[in-house]
Amino acid sequence: MSKSFKEQFKTSYSVDAYGAFVLDKALIFKAFQTLLEEDNYTFLVDITAIDYLHVKTQPERFAVVYLLRDQNFQNLITIKTYIDSSLATQSVTPLFKSANWAEREIWDQYGIHFKNHPNLKRILNHKEFVGHPLRKDYPITQGQLCHQSDTLMDEMTPRLKSKGYTSHEDLMFLNLGPAHPASHGTIRTFVALDGENITSAVSEIGYLHRGFEKSCENHTYNQIIPYTDRLNYCSAILNNIAYAHAVEGILGVDLPERAKFIRVIIGELSRIIDHLVCLAAILVDMGALTNYWYLYNPREKVYDLLSKLTGARLTNSYMRIGGMSYDLYDGFEHDLKVCLKEIQQGVSDTLKLIEHNRIFHDRTQNVGIISKEDAINRGLSGPNLRACGVPYDLRVTAPYYHYETFDFDIALGSVGDVYDRMMVRFEEIKQSTRIIHQAMQRLPEGAICVQDHAISLPPKKEVYSNIEGLMNQFKLIYEGVKVPASEYYRAIEGGNGELGFFIVSDGSGTPYKVKVRPPCFYAMAAYPRIIEGSMIADAVLTLGSLNIIAGELDR
Amino acid sequence: MAVGAEAIFGESLITTKLDSAISWARESSMWPYVFGTACCAIEFMSVASSKYDISRFGAEVVRFSPRQADLLIIAGTVSYKQAPILKKIYDQMSEPKWVISAGACACSGGFYDNYTTLQGIDSIIPVDVYVAGCPPRPEAFLDALLEVQKIQASQSLLEDRAKRIFKGVLDV
Repeated sequence: MSKSFKEQFKTSYSVDAYGAFVLDKALIFKAFQTLLEEDNYTFLVDITAIDYLHVKTQPERFAVVYLLRDQNFQNLITIKTYIDSSLATQSVTPLFKSANWAEREIWDQYGIHFKNHPNLKRILNHKEFVGHPLRKDYPITQGQLCHQSDTLMDEMTPRLKSKGYTSHEDLMFLNLGPAHPASHGTIRTFVALDGENITSAVSEIGYLHRGFEKSCENHTYNQIIPYTDRLNYCSAILNNIAYAHAVEGILGVDLPERAKFIRVIIGELSRIIDHLVCLAAILVDMGALTNYWYLYNPREKVYDLLSKLTGARLTNSYMRIGGMSYDLYDGFEHDLKVCLKEIQQGVSDTLKLIEHNRIFHDRTQNVGIISKEDAINRGLSGPNLRACGVPYDLRVTAPYYHYETFDFDIALGSVGDVYDRMMVRFEEIKQSTRIIHQAMQRLPEGAICVQDHAISLPPKKEVYSNIEGLMNQFKLIYEGVKVPASEYYRAIEGGNGELGFFIVSDGSGTPYKVKVRPPCFYAMAAYPRIIEGSMIADAVLTLGSLNIIAGELDR
Repeated sequence: MAVGAEAIFGESLITTKLDSAISWARESSMWPYVFGTACCAIEFMSVASSKYDISRFGAEVVRFSPRQADLLIIAGTVSYKQAPILKKIYDQMSEPKWVISAGACACSGGFYDNYTTLQGIDSIIPVDVYVAGCPPRPEAFLDALLEVQKIQASQSLLEDRAKRIFKGVLDV
């Protein structure tokens, strides 16, 4: 009988003030093996690093933080290890495939080396880049020109060799992206083709790396909300919610009931329009253009509603720390009903065209399959994981905003192919509609923001009429919400899966570090392995069905 | 009272300047290549779909090959990593060609004033029309298209657009 992590490492670890298990870096691989094999922590949520250059109380300058969930997705464990001046630690990629890209990102952004990593090279920044931008001593505005794109042959040649190709003579090499209509953004996949079959594929990302995390370190908590809009720009409000939810977690505040319900309603509406774009785009890729109009026009209707509510169509910045910027407007309920009706109409029109369509079935069924075990090991989440038959939905496994009291079903697939991923999304649109109807019925009256003027802005009347209100406004705008020192992770179910924020705060109005756990990042890492062996036309559909959003992928 | 050729052939013929005739044809049938990278590209989807309908202005034939396009619409953030690709695509388009820089990021880097974002694509390629907004509303995209049409109408066929002096940071 082998011992569990807590028994085996009892004497080696210490628990820090924020609940993380601090381990010596020499023990990391062993500890992860135990966690995976004995404690069934099968899902690696995210890995990130922290540069403590300005925090003198820490033993070393760098630390690497790992977040893991167990097989039932109920328990989250945080492992932390300090990195000494050798700037190297062990790679956990042999255990968790999802660690591959995550470790590359840490190498790229912080310059921490991972021993035994199969291919430790830059991932977000270009290959001519010098330095590691997320280090605290790297100036934020110091850009570096890139003159030439990577050939990717350094990854392709060993990959081909592992498949038995010593000569490249019979193969054709093709770039899908980074400027390609079917790549849904700036994603590059480099494939080696034997006829129309993909023998080997390598993906390169980072073309839309916009320095989200570095920007966060230079803005106050509420100023970051517009940046979160532009992560997954197909469902901007869900990103707002995820971020505000994490900050509120550190503050330890509970939202007023009305605010929670509004977040549920607008969040689910965002999920619907996210799925609509994904489904519309993949059907276009398949040549089914009519469906694009059926699915996109209802989205246009939702834009009108969101414009009225938030002032913007796409990048809404609707949430604030501790609540939201506006209450629902008069006539919202009517507009929402019209939207939902159009969405329902669009979905049923589309399904009528494809549900029993032979061409659609042939193109999607048993195409781009990823198995349950592989999907978990590679860190897939959301609809992509549920399509494999894994019932992991944060609204159910770790409910927030009273999700446990709503009557809705988790849509599950069985094969994990393109068809399942699409149908799961169609079903989720229906389920989200159900949630919205229930939430509208239960929507209580009351405040929409936390009634604490250290967090929420005071009413304008108070700002203009008394000094206290004026001071509150001034301090909140200039200094930001003061968030107590912590290292904290919290996630919600985003449009594409587990969307979480790991925030390091230092008591000031500006975060010390913000790391987003982007669901797309892990789906994209799995993508080249999924398409190997399939046809080139199927690779296009597989990418569409994973719903990779470059803004969130590259941050 | 018609004179010259029109007097002989009647209403079946009109005489005009070659410049006007060609720019009329050009401006009514722009073939855009959408270099969509980010959020702005999602707004371009709206521009192309039925509500805003870019085909009212003759520019609905979106080409995915730069060699078939004469209007480059950059919709979204361009990072330093993306810049050489943008330049390559611009160079692959044949003359005459026009460029719309759509959205704050493409015009100036927007609020991404940091180590990875190009601070305006006009340091790489020449731009004809800039569109403000983050992202611009679909009406703003259409307005930019009309602006390009105005530029076309104002330029003579005899002017060689390719001879414009432009040297970007990636030009050697």
